[in-house]
Amino acid sequence: MALALEITHLKKTYSSGKEALKGIDLRVEEGDFYALLGPNGAGKSTTIGVISSLVNKTSGDVKVFGYDITRDMVKSKQQLGIVPQEFNFNQFETVRQIVVNQAGYYGVDRKDAMVRSEKYLKLLDLWDKKDERARMLSGGMKRRLMIARALMHEPRLLILDEPTAGVDIELRRSMWDFLREINEAGTTIILTTHYLEEAEMLCRNIGIIDHGEIIEDTSMKELLSHLEIETFVLDLEVPATASTVALSGYAYQLVDPMTLEVKVTKDQGLNGAFAQLNEQNVKILSMRNKANRLEELFVRLTGNVGGGA
Amino acid sequence: MFSLYWISFKSLVRKEINRFMRIWVQTLVPPVITTSLYFIIFGNFIGARVGEMNGFSFMQFMVPGLIMQSVIANSYSNVSSSFFSQKFQKNIEELLVAPVPTFIIMSGFLVGGMARGLLAGLFVTGVSLFFVPLAVSSWLVVFVTVLMTSLVFSLAGLLNGLFAKSFDDVSIVPTFILTPLTYLGGVFYSITLLPPVWQFISRFNPIVYMISGFRYGFLGAGDMALWTSMAVLALFIVVLFAICYRLIEKGRGLRS
Repeated sequence: MALALEITHLKKTYSSGKEALKGIDLRVEEGDFYALLGPNGAGKSTTIGVISSLVNKTSGDVKVFGYDITRDMVKSKQQLGIVPQEFNFNQFETVRQIVVNQAGYYGVDRKDAMVRSEKYLKLLDLWDKKDERARMLSGGMKRRLMIARALMHEPRLLILDEPTAGVDIELRRSMWDFLREINEAGTTIILTTHYLEEAEMLCRNIGIIDHGEIIEDTSMKELLSHLEIETFVLDLEVPATASTVALSGYAYQLVDPMTLEVKVTKDQGLNGAFAQLNEQNVKILSMRNKANRLEELFVRLTGNVGGGA
Repeated sequence: MFSLYWISFKSLVRKEINRFMRIWVQTLVPPVITTSLYFIIFGNFIGARVGEMNGFSFMQFMVPGLIMQSVIANSYSNVSSSFFSQKFQKNIEELLVAPVPTFIIMSGFLVGGMARGLLAGLFVTGVSLFFVPLAVSSWLVVFVTVLMTSLVFSLAGLLNGLFAKSFDDVSIVPTFILTPLTYLGGVFYSITLLPPVWQFISRFNPIVYMISGFRYGFLGAGDMALWTSMAVLALFIVVLFAICYRLIEKGRGLRS
């Protein structure tokens, strides 16, 4: 299978002296749905910046579908659609002007661009806002507008830098469905996100970047199989105290009289814990994962607690 | 490839023209009002007492200068403010991520600036017709000079936009450099009226050559030789184009 993105020994040192990328290598296959995660300041945005030509690389090579971003600038950019983290469209232009102009920059004839704008604005549920100035849109609509804009030249590789930041859960789920659809239709997608649940649900492969280096580059399945301990939160029916609850063989903590946290290793299972709690007459109302499974791994790999992904 | 560049150029020009047309009250009306006042006050009321300037009525003498003044100011401010606001809002990134080469980016902004400058100049010319009949010695010189001057100041505006880090930076140059140079560039007077020292100093003001060349097109006479005016314009175009091109290629203020 062809490579949608090939990064070789990519280095970036800013004029301040900060070494943002220390020679990373990354390969993303055509058709993949790839998550690039890392704490704040790890180098994700710098990597995306270099791919999209907004950041000058210090050394190394970047190829998009085999086209070098420096030597085959036009061809490589034609394959690539970028959805940046910050809103970067002209707030005073109308929704349709923004997407049609962008298509023009990629050589899409105005007549075709008008047709495509209807297609993508309808797909992203923005068609009834086509004549509104962008500044009048809600945050979620602005995010969708950036996706529509990036799709106007029908790129083969779409890179989204935190596309669902600040978007409510309902809208986030509809965006996931949309991204899944375009991925299934053949568009390769690379995604960075703060919501690790999002990466786990959508992406087949994952790269974790930390301190300017790729520390993990594998399939999501493979990565999650490394998860050895999960923390479960049990909501109790009646208040408990340290003397009424004891779980031998398990690490546990009574967070408050109504909440018990239990750490379960891969080969322990939950049955043993339930059996003990049953014997002690501790009734459980409900149970959930303390953190998303990927989040557990991410924290372990990067040592990042409460930071960004 | 030509088709790609042509379509992207047209898109950028359309966007730039739409921008200043959308805010026409801020962009096209002020030069008309300001120059109307100049014509009424300096041309009519004071001009009548000034008498002739280089063999022409003061009003006739002043018209090319005022047209040029509005072309200069509008070409400059259109590009500097449009480029800087796109940089400030980050929507310049729309162009930087797209397969648009530097010379197309520059051409789009420059044509936008020239369109506004020339439109403002046309409106001022229209206003002048209420005060004095239009006499043109050489249409060719008029067109070539106004196009080149408009291009020079669009380029200068682009340079300002590239360096600007705040909106103050965009207004400082026109206020403290461009306006004084324009007023001292012979809009209202012939530099031959100045004492020799000031005549010598005026020769370092490039706007003197531009207004002189333009006035030559209208009246058939200017303060400077026509070829000198053309050479100065050509020199500024080449130098400013090269500087802007280099800065954009390097990503000055655009890429980190």
